[in-house]
Amino acid sequence: MASPALLVEDLSVEFRTRGGIVKALERVNFHVAKGETIAVVGESGSGKSVTAYAVMGILDPAARVTSGRAVLGALDLLKTDRHTLAAVRGREIAMIFQNPRTALNPIRRVGDQIADVLLRHANVTPSAAPKKAVELLETVGITDPARRAKAYPFELSGGMCQRVMIAIALAANPSLLIADEPTTGLDVTTQAIIMDIIAERAKATGMATIFITHDLGLAAERADRIVVMHAGHIVEARPTRDLFAAPRHPYTAALIAATPGPTSQLSDLRTIAGGLPDLRAAELPACRYAGRCARRLEGCAAPLPRVDAAASDALACHNPLPQERAA
Amino acid sequence: MKPEPLLDVAELSKRYVLKPQGSPVARLVRRLKKGPEAAPRLHAVDDVSFTIGRGETVGLVGESGCGKSTLVRLVARLIDANDGSIRLAGQELTHRRARDFATTPERVKIQMVFQDAGESINPRFSAFEAIADPLKRLRGLGGDALRAKVEETATRCGLPLELLPRFSHQLSGGQRARVGIARAISVEPELLILDEPTAALDVSVQVVILQLLEKLKRELGMSYLFVSHDLNVVRLLCDRVLVMYLGKIVETGPAETVFSHPRHPYTKALIAALPDANRPASERVRLAGEIASPVDPDPNTCRFVGRCPLARAECREAMPILEANSSGHAAACHFALPGKAS
Ligand SMILES: Nc1ncnc2c1ncn2[C@@H]1O[C@H](COP(=O)(O)OP(=O)(O)OP(=O)(O)O)[C@@H](O)[C@H]1O
Ligand SMILES: Nc1ncnc2c1ncn2[C@@H]1O[C@H](COP(=O)(O)OP(=O)(O)OP(=O)(O)O)[C@@H](O)[C@H]1O
Ligand SMILES: [Mg+2]
Ligand SMILES: [Mg+2]
Repeated sequence: MASPALLVEDLSVEFRTRGGIVKALERVNFHVAKGETIAVVGESGSGKSVTAYAVMGILDPAARVTSGRAVLGALDLLKTDRHTLAAVRGREIAMIFQNPRTALNPIRRVGDQIADVLLRHANVTPSAAPKKAVELLETVGITDPARRAKAYPFELSGGMCQRVMIAIALAANPSLLIADEPTTGLDVTTQAIIMDIIAERAKATGMATIFITHDLGLAAERADRIVVMHAGHIVEARPTRDLFAAPRHPYTAALIAATPGPTSQLSDLRTIAGGLPDLRAAELPACRYAGRCARRLEGCAAPLPRVDAAASDALACHNPLPQERAA
Repeated sequence: MKPEPLLDVAELSKRYVLKPQGSPVARLVRRLKKGPEAAPRLHAVDDVSFTIGRGETVGLVGESGCGKSTLVRLVARLIDANDGSIRLAGQELTHRRARDFATTPERVKIQMVFQDAGESINPRFSAFEAIADPLKRLRGLGGDALRAKVEETATRCGLPLELLPRFSHQLSGGQRARVGIARAISVEPELLILDEPTAALDVSVQVVILQLLEKLKRELGMSYLFVSHDLNVVRLLCDRVLVMYLGKIVETGPAETVFSHPRHPYTKALIAALPDANRPASERVRLAGEIASPVDPDPNTCRFVGRCPLARAECREAMPILEANSSGHAAACHFALPGKAS
């Protein structure tokens, strides 16, 4: 295995709220290798963004990391002081946020926002930065980039803001890119262009990419490996082709069955029975999917096997689907 | 005679005035020569007409930046148009300015779900308060009736009740999106406008929302204008689609036919660019060529010209207009394909 760019081990995160403690992540284990693209998928509220925020060191003040480490090079990001972390963020790790318009500075021109990053993290001189910023806007497919560089975020469409954020993330040449739903606001043609840019960058510089998405079709097309999350747990992680050929965790299979394809009808699509369990419960079951699972057995109350963060396969299930279903 | 449509939009345009470029002297000279019109204008929505019938779902698709959000904001009366008319059940809405519209009785009839749920939800409101707010203001509910209605709506949208006391920043992206949807459907508008409502939703919640929309349409006769990049979802939900390119509608017709037999070369390219698990990413079609600028475009040149595989000299001499074939499937292209034989 190539050396991991990022190794996350036993990561647990809780939030204090008015209604009680929310156990948003529990012993999350995974890694991403240099040059590799992994896709983190799972239903809304399963902990994908919280995992990214923890790695970036930007969790809500009400959050507490109760266990784990996140190793980038020689650094444990969860134990690093704020100053070092601020330097690492932006230069080594860049993130594209889920809500583009609110993540940009509303009162600064977008060209200046890109130039700021270039000055701080990419050794670009103040005189060259504006021109470089315009070039970056052009790379992400924005027409009339010189004019757009002078626009404020509210003057741009949702998809344009998203592309500005991608330009900002790539400006610093990061070794790890965390992209939280980077293309949800984009039409399919623009989406393909953006994903190509990210893939080219990964290939040219060995950048590792964590790609958070709901779009299983896009994940299948773009990721080397898929990590499936459910209610704060990683339930399955496998190379993309294997996972789609024969999902083994019942939740993964259910997710695939709920995805609309080019020929499906609304009535054929399966919702996943039940909702995510209430993450405030004092005694959450060992398997947080058990309450919704059609394959549940007596033995499912037993603790799940621990997942090895460095392995490329993971399966947290006592009664998985058989291995050769696709054959 | 055909029944009157719920919504009738005619010749609607929105142009944003941009700051002029160049040195102050050059700008002054331009001003003196041509008068105030010399400031460049971005044609975000350009002469758009369409209707939506009662109980009809119309999809709006098109490239990022083509003007979808601007068009639906115009229809929702959040911004003012430069030209054109918007009639809801026969009543003209453009006479009143957008900022006064919030207090008119028509407000309750058109509701909108925003592209970025974070934008529309007051950060100081809990999820409960966010959903309760329009019910209080527009339906005058209070007390137990209000609580019951908020909880019923949340449940219908697949939002667990334990999340209701939380603030927007304490919710995940998809949970926040569901609050935005619950807020808009709670008052049971006649026309619901949804700007990318499912982008932040995972497939399972998406199915819940799509089935809910179908149900509300059946039970209450609600109509939808549905903006989405997900063509599979549009095909599932919509009766008719509008395809937009740089501020103009270039194709419209029954959803099934538009997707199976596109007439406009842009629509054709859009469909060919869909991700397909059975095809490597490198084989996905990408539109090449120069994208026209929406700033002061030539009124006699088709906007798609620089990227169009069919473009010829006439495309630069006359703007093609929307022309329907016998089955009501229209395209604005001098070389439009015939479409499905009826
Ligand atoms: N500040 C907070 N306080 C309390 N709970 C929180 C907070 N932030 C997140 N959560 C909860 O943690 C869980 C995981 O949230 P997260 O944002 O990681 O979900 P996600 O997988 O990114 O979902 P989506 O796909 O909807 O964005 C959710 O149940 C969410 O409500
Ligand atoms: N307030 C504004 N001032 C100037 N230009 C604006 C303003 N709002 C929107 N625009 C421009 O109008 C055009 C259409 O934007 P709009 O947001 O309607 O696009 P969209 O089709 O919704 O795109 P997306 O799919 O990316 O959300 C864009 O070129 C945008 O930059
Ligand atoms: Mg998220
Ligand atoms: Mg938009």
